[in-house]
Amino acid sequence: MSGRRCLRETMIDLTKNNYFDLFGLPVAYVLDTGALSDRYRELQRVVHPDRYASASDQDQRLALQQATLANEAYQTLRDPLKRALYMLQLQGIDTDQETAITRDPAFLMQQMELREALADVRGQDDPAQRLDELMRDIRGMIEAEVARLAVQLETATPEQLEAARESVDRMQFLNKLYNEAEAVEAELEELI
Amino acid sequence: MAFLQIAEPGQSDAPHQHRLAAGIDLGTTNSLVATVRSGVAETLPDEDGEHLLPSVVRYTPDGVIVGAAARDAGVEDPHNTIASVKRLIGRGVDDLKTLGDALPYRFVDSGSAVPRIQTVAGPVSAVEVSAEILRVLAQRAEKTLGGELTGVVITVPAYFDDAQRQATKDAAKLAGLKVFRLLNEPTAAAVAYGLDREADGVHAIYDLGGGTFDISVLRLNRGVFEVMATGGDSALGGDDFDRAVAGWIMQQAGIGGDAAPGLLRALMDKARAAKEALAGRASVPVAVDLPDGGKWEGQLDRETFNTLVDPLIRKTISACRRALRDAGVTPEEVKDVVMVGGSTRALRVREKVGEFFGTEPLVDIDPDRVVAIGAALQADVLAGNKPEDEMLLLDVIPLSLGIETMGGLVEKIIPRNTTIPVARAQEFTTLKDGQTAMAIHVLQGERELVSDCRTLARFELRGIPPMVAGAARIRVTFSVDADGLLHVEAEELSQGVKADIEVKPSYGLTDEEIADMLKSSIEHAGEDLEARRLAEQKVEAARVVEALQSALAADGDELLDGNERERVEAALDELRRVAESATDAEAIKRSIGALEKTCEFYVERRMNSNIRKAMAGHKVDEFE
Repeated sequence: MSGRRCLRETMIDLTKNNYFDLFGLPVAYVLDTGALSDRYRELQRVVHPDRYASASDQDQRLALQQATLANEAYQTLRDPLKRALYMLQLQGIDTDQETAITRDPAFLMQQMELREALADVRGQDDPAQRLDELMRDIRGMIEAEVARLAVQLETATPEQLEAARESVDRMQFLNKLYNEAEAVEAELEELI
Repeated sequence: MAFLQIAEPGQSDAPHQHRLAAGIDLGTTNSLVATVRSGVAETLPDEDGEHLLPSVVRYTPDGVIVGAAARDAGVEDPHNTIASVKRLIGRGVDDLKTLGDALPYRFVDSGSAVPRIQTVAGPVSAVEVSAEILRVLAQRAEKTLGGELTGVVITVPAYFDDAQRQATKDAAKLAGLKVFRLLNEPTAAAVAYGLDREADGVHAIYDLGGGTFDISVLRLNRGVFEVMATGGDSALGGDDFDRAVAGWIMQQAGIGGDAAPGLLRALMDKARAAKEALAGRASVPVAVDLPDGGKWEGQLDRETFNTLVDPLIRKTISACRRALRDAGVTPEEVKDVVMVGGSTRALRVREKVGEFFGTEPLVDIDPDRVVAIGAALQADVLAGNKPEDEMLLLDVIPLSLGIETMGGLVEKIIPRNTTIPVARAQEFTTLKDGQTAMAIHVLQGERELVSDCRTLARFELRGIPPMVAGAARIRVTFSVDADGLLHVEAEELSQGVKADIEVKPSYGLTDEEIADMLKSSIEHAGEDLEARRLAEQKVEAARVVEALQSALAADGDELLDGNERERVEAALDELRRVAESATDAEAIKRSIGALEKTCEFYVERRMNSNIRKAMAGHKVDEFE
């Protein structure tokens, strides 16, 4: 059986239903993560391939497809950035990273400053302390974008969705920067 | 066809037959087998009462010897006695060079990608050697349990890559075993401890073996284990402790680094003995015979030992810190730390690990047996012996997977610590005008450069319609199944031309090689291949019939209309007839296939119905 046909015919039918439906949650950016995790585990209890370890190849294939989809849906909704991207896609907004151009000069300036700050950490008297502050700042900025996205995606007017797309751009940059900061943190720890 | 055995929670139809299953810890130095009897998981001893089976295989003109007897012959017959084969499994000829120490074996150039060792019994691969060990363990289990095993769970290190996992499965196949699941060793340890319902929360598994270190962070929630992150160091273990102690003895006794290999070996043994003795005493005497005929005697106390091993333990703590970061939890959030591996017997390790996590490490289960015990518990679940309320493991891939892009860079397609099963796709395009083929190089690792990652496979997608550069759209899909095994597909999208390729790990054995080995091993055992296949297919057919009948009894009326039911029952009768009268296995296999095809829609309906029941109360009606 082909994967596509199977998914169309079974309940995890994404031509009609979305990831939120899959977990029985309302389509909203602000979501009950506890409920999401609980539903995810309930769903995996039914579809996970381990449930079919001694079943036929056919059952095993079907279970594999369903479990894979459940993982993808869960990982998308659980992550604030992926969730925002997904909701924009549901609205038919192109979120392709290549076409996204940041037009906000203030944010471009901020990007440069943050990058410089991270590059300068190693030269500081107390690099761990400085890095800690910087990471806290980045986390604060990410949280601010999450708060903005909640409003933008709730209102969902064309203007707000455009604003949401820009928020997503900024969040992508901030997440990447945070990962780089973590790599620097790991390096510093190795030196101890 | 075990038609969704979980379908009716709480409903007990036919009295359940206990299926025999075992967990196998296939270790570098020692291996163990464990099973669940009367609800208790325990490792099984051999006739002499030994639980640990040394992972050593000796080939002689008269047959194969596995275990202690083989190990003891290692010195007199090094070429035919194969130890630590786990370090070779899933490795290619090219890898042998990088494995470091000189291996005492004679490798033969067989033209295959898999290295083979020349023995008196002919050339053998790591897969065949591992199969011998598995066979002995399976026999031990079958003898103890008094019946044939329906399947096994075999544990592998979390850092094992795709090729090593595939090769381990091949070894089991060769030993005639059905593998329910390959289970990561740390996950198995967590299972051994975690069945306690009180244990909801985040747990860390600290596994320090002879030569490797593993750390895993898991979340347990109402019987569902979620692996949050794994990490470690594949070249750090208890042997390094021994080396540090041996170095101290040499320094104290004035032995130079140019000492004879025999003396160095003896020093390592002394070091290990001293280390082990320190677990029970504050200070131990050490005596060494010097090359000049003299003797050195000294005392190794705990403080000195601690100074020697602290740098090594610190390295493991760094890895713990990284894993916690990947998991997004702080040390305070970790409820328990499970200790695995003989090296965690060192008190200093327990002390330092306890300090870092701020909790007393769990050491109640023998650290050498805990992995096999966890594997046995999981095997029992997968065999279907615990149909209700059983636990579920949601595992992750330990290393990132990606493909090579321009400039020798790796594009990650699935990042490490992603929950499996998983499928991810990414689109690529052509570089040149009129390009009709694309080379796809599949890699595993965290680094950005191709040269720093491990090659899993290479293949070519051909038949791309000629277009200007950048116009073709090639979608590459990575799928990892619940065993952590990878499949890669490439598809040309822009003109609807499709070409799929399934990748086999480049260091694995080909299907033909496996078939040959299977055949020769069966012939070796004096069994008739065809008769065996026929018997297997008859058993399979009986299982399918039984499963379908109980499915029909449970919900056939509810899910099928009269016509559909007739069709299903006709196919069922056909299979019964064929299974009874057939003399060749293929006919039964075809008939099972036909029945499965007929019942496809029914299986899917049952899956839907199950999901609905599971999600009842969560607006499931919207799914209609």
